[in-house]
Amino acid sequence: MPLRPLTAMVRKDLQLFFTDRRAVIMSFAVPIAIASFFGSIFSGPRGNAKPATIAVIVVDQDESTISQAVVAGLEQDRNLKVSRTAVDDARERVRRGRTSAAILIPKGFGDAAGLAFFSGQEKPALDVLFDPSHSMEVAMVRGILTAHVMQAVSAEMFGGRRGGELVDQTLAGLDSTSMPEDRRKLLRDLLGSVQTFYRQPDRSAGGTGLRGGLTMPYTVREEAMTAGTNVAYNGYAHSFAGMGIQFLLFAMANLGIEMLLERQRGLWKRLRSAPVSRLSLLAGKTVSGTIISLMTLSVSFGFAMIVFGVRIQGSLIGFLAVSTACALMAATFGLLVAAVGRTPASARGVTTLAVLMMVMLGGAWVPTFIFPAWLQQATLVVPARWAVDGLDAMTWRGIGVRGAIAPTLVLLGFAALFAGIASMRFRWEEA
Amino acid sequence: MLEINHLRKTFGRLVAVDDVSFTLQRGQLLGLLGPNGAGKTTTVSMIAGIATPDSGHVLIAGRALSGDTDPAKRRIGLVPQDLALYEELTARDNLRFFGALYNLAGGALDRAIGAALELVELADRRNDRVKDFSGGMKRRLNLAAGLLHDPDILLLDEPTVGVDPQSRNAIFDNLEVLKGRGKALLYTTHYMEEAERLADRIVVIDHGRVIADDTLAGLQSRVAAAGSPPANLEAVFLTLTGRSLRD
Ligand SMILES: Nc1ncnc2c1ncn2[C@@H]1O[C@H](COP(=O)(O)OP(=O)(O)O)[C@@H](O)[C@H]1O
Ligand SMILES: [Mg+2]
Repeated sequence: MPLRPLTAMVRKDLQLFFTDRRAVIMSFAVPIAIASFFGSIFSGPRGNAKPATIAVIVVDQDESTISQAVVAGLEQDRNLKVSRTAVDDARERVRRGRTSAAILIPKGFGDAAGLAFFSGQEKPALDVLFDPSHSMEVAMVRGILTAHVMQAVSAEMFGGRRGGELVDQTLAGLDSTSMPEDRRKLLRDLLGSVQTFYRQPDRSAGGTGLRGGLTMPYTVREEAMTAGTNVAYNGYAHSFAGMGIQFLLFAMANLGIEMLLERQRGLWKRLRSAPVSRLSLLAGKTVSGTIISLMTLSVSFGFAMIVFGVRIQGSLIGFLAVSTACALMAATFGLLVAAVGRTPASARGVTTLAVLMMVMLGGAWVPTFIFPAWLQQATLVVPARWAVDGLDAMTWRGIGVRGAIAPTLVLLGFAALFAGIASMRFRWEEA
Repeated sequence: MLEINHLRKTFGRLVAVDDVSFTLQRGQLLGLLGPNGAGKTTTVSMIAGIATPDSGHVLIAGRALSGDTDPAKRRIGLVPQDLALYEELTARDNLRFFGALYNLAGGALDRAIGAALELVELADRRNDRVKDFSGGMKRRLNLAAGLLHDPDILLLDEPTVGVDPQSRNAIFDNLEVLKGRGKALLYTTHYMEEAERLADRIVVIDHGRVIADDTLAGLQSRVAAAGSPPANLEAVFLTLTGRSLRD
């Protein structure tokens, strides 16, 4: 294959690319802008160092010892940012999405909860109003709330003044329950012991474990599994990979459309009438496409590294291999567009949709680990998925060079498939 | 120099070119004259080796093209009907690219570009982008792009469409020069006066078929013999092709 026509084609395509201001902005500026936006959302304000706090409103209509203890517990919880207001205002603020959830403690809650604590009967309701777009946070609020209510109610029942009165009430009410006689006797004995227990003088000196109420018998130590204990999940690493891939696919689809335009304008006749092989013509486009794609990725990642401190925690060689395979895949995707497209206008519509679907399913917008399991499996047929996963592996996941092998091979496989279909379907006749 | 025998090409049910034969010698300009859709461009494409005939063959200096990379392709210069130029590139960058396709480089390429631009009088606009050119300048550059590799046979597909009279005349002068250098020129057109002025021989085709192959004088005498008044080519053309409208 003579090199001169090939290098001339690549040079010409690069010249055309850089004179097209729209193409340059779409390939360099736009992905950086969008990736910065997505990255800032998924990284949270200060990386993962501190979990995000959830804003909740607490309305205490009960104002009993127990309800006040619940509120105090919630206020001290570092996962929550609690504010207090009236019921109507709380409803309004949740409806408008200003706060994720509101907890309403109704009048009589404390006594009812205390009575239900041993008898298990007539449990009072606690209302949680939530914004349906924050359902994940509401699940967290529910868990946190459970812990604080258990703690507050048990602390009061095992040692509070009001707790003692409630135990008396429970004892008095035992006879009217439908409990079998033997079990009723056991419970009476238990409650009697409780009464004796908290009527002891100087209860607190003994440092009884129950003075503070029942607490969760465990704590959770969380460690994010990333490149190392000092390396946090970097939302920017992911978003720059995703957007880099989205826009290099757009750039390559555009290259394919440019080929259709070259045909429409009769330029392809000149190319075909010269003594240049078909292989050279396709290779020329593939090389220029690969170069443009690699530039798009390098600029994206270069920016992410300098501005957002994204690092290649895995293997540099692996990163380069995945990037190159990804660029080849994209370039041959461009060939495919040129081969199966009819007119430039129709090809533009179809490929825009195809690229958007591909990157959406590939996890370029939101990481695939958010997808349901079946979709995570199904999207393995999408090349963009392998590209995103491969780049993620080499950046924030910090996987070694062996982690790059599968994505690289699969992407090269897609490239071969696209190139094969393109060369079979390409219209070589110029009438 | 160029011999085409019984060329035929169909697109589905449409027969675009039907049993077309003619020959073209060095230093000769052959006018391929026909209305729109007659099959001129399809014929030119088959000669240039970019469309495959259903049957028949094209001989260049006695030999058929053997494939995409046949060096004999260098003997053909195609000037497409469309303005086949990169609008965003300068005249010089366009020519550098087209020259490189013929493996030209370095000093040889520069000289070829210089000579071609000189001929079409665009040397002083070499560094301007094509999109800033007038229609006539683009047509002249389109011609220059087909000349770079100094082909023996020039295929000119309606090379003056949409140009002002000055550029058209300039192109005619260029073609006379090339003819004088011994090039063989195939010139398609539906303008009678162009064929009248330039052509040594005229092949009239319609609906893909050759309906006349003669000198201008020969054609005129034929129509006169059929009883019409002494005719210019336009009358000859209308007599031969009929008066129904073409698209
Ligand atoms: N690629 C093609 N597919 C289908 N029909 C075509 C194609 N190219 C040309 N034709 C048809 O073949 C006929 C001859 O076209 P063409 O050679 O371009 O004519 P001319 O150049 O004389 O105007 C026309 O009817 C045209 O519509
Ligand atoms: Mg034509």
